[in-house]
Amino acid sequence: MSGCGAPEQTATLPANIDAGKETVLHGKVLAGETPVGGAYVRLLDSSGEFTAEVVTSADGDFRFFAAPGDWTVRALHRSGNGETTVSADGPGLHQVAVTVG
Amino acid sequence: MSRENVLVSAQWAEENLETPGVVLVEVDEDTSAYDNGHIPGAVKIDWKTELQDPVRRDFVDRAGFEKLLSAKGIGNDDTVVLYGGNNNWFAAYAYWYFKLYGHDKVQLLDGGRKKWELDGRPLSADAVSREETTYTAREQDTAIRAFRDEVVQAIDAKNLVDVRSPDEFSGKLLAPAHLPQEQAQRAGHIPTAINVPWSKAANEDGTFRSDEELRELYKEAGIDESKATIAYCRIGERSSHTWFALHELLGHSDVKNYDGSWTEYGSLVGVPVEVGAH
Repeated sequence: MSGCGAPEQTATLPANIDAGKETVLHGKVLAGETPVGGAYVRLLDSSGEFTAEVVTSADGDFRFFAAPGDWTVRALHRSGNGETTVSADGPGLHQVAVTVG
Repeated sequence: MSRENVLVSAQWAEENLETPGVVLVEVDEDTSAYDNGHIPGAVKIDWKTELQDPVRRDFVDRAGFEKLLSAKGIGNDDTVVLYGGNNNWFAAYAYWYFKLYGHDKVQLLDGGRKKWELDGRPLSADAVSREETTYTAREQDTAIRAFRDEVVQAIDAKNLVDVRSPDEFSGKLLAPAHLPQEQAQRAGHIPTAINVPWSKAANEDGTFRSDEELRELYKEAGIDESKATIAYCRIGERSSHTWFALHELLGHSDVKNYDGSWTEYGSLVGVPVEVGAH
């Protein structure tokens, strides 16, 4: 059984994932133009409630399997925090970038 | 029970890395985090391959737990300080597990790996080996573990606390949003359960909220302290986090963790399921 642990964060979707069904929020955490690995990225729903958290890959990538709606993506890192909002109008891949510092 | 007995700060842990009788243990599902860098001197326990039975859906048994802890070099008299990723979900799960098998001196590192990293404290990739011990576990203390039949009995009788996110509770999502959503079981929650997401018990940096904030949180949510409580989530690790808050931090006397949680309940034939928010 798969647990709730964070799967590896990659820029491409695993082969078993159907992007036609899943609402995927994918993006990078950046400091200026430099990707930030090891940042803690939190997905908050439209009421600000915590939904999920992942740690970015060495290339700064993160990914959430969400649902259509408005989301806030907030990143924490020892160099600083940052956040941005994203509206997912339906299933598919939604790109998002968060800047910290 | 008080906070000082069950939680240690990152500062305390850093000052006690070399203290004899204190063993730091990182518990993760994804052990690559440990392999790439862990708190110096900490040993690792793999949530899935070391704490779960490899065939049946259950924990390793008492003999298996004894063998595991002996091999990790953990003695019965050691103070075990647990920490991990995911805001200590799996560390809290392991904490509950240590209590289940009767280990007295066990504590959680407040904030886990996240707080440690955000503080910029040292990590090491060096291999850690400890001398093997002869660990003796007790029989499982089922006063803190709930099984499916008593969960069904608890509908409308005990406090049922669903600690998943609001969207999982309502049935909109079947798993936390960092995981794929295609699952076998039905979506929704156990009737009469209240939804208090585990995350409300934690600060952004992963540390637990104060006792006062926690008391207010669960009171507002409608937990009746005169009744017993069963906490559940999807697979039982987030609910360990809430079990810790209710039983270990607030001292509620009768709190059980239902480790079967939604992946079991949502697959049962014939049990009632409720959908939608309250």
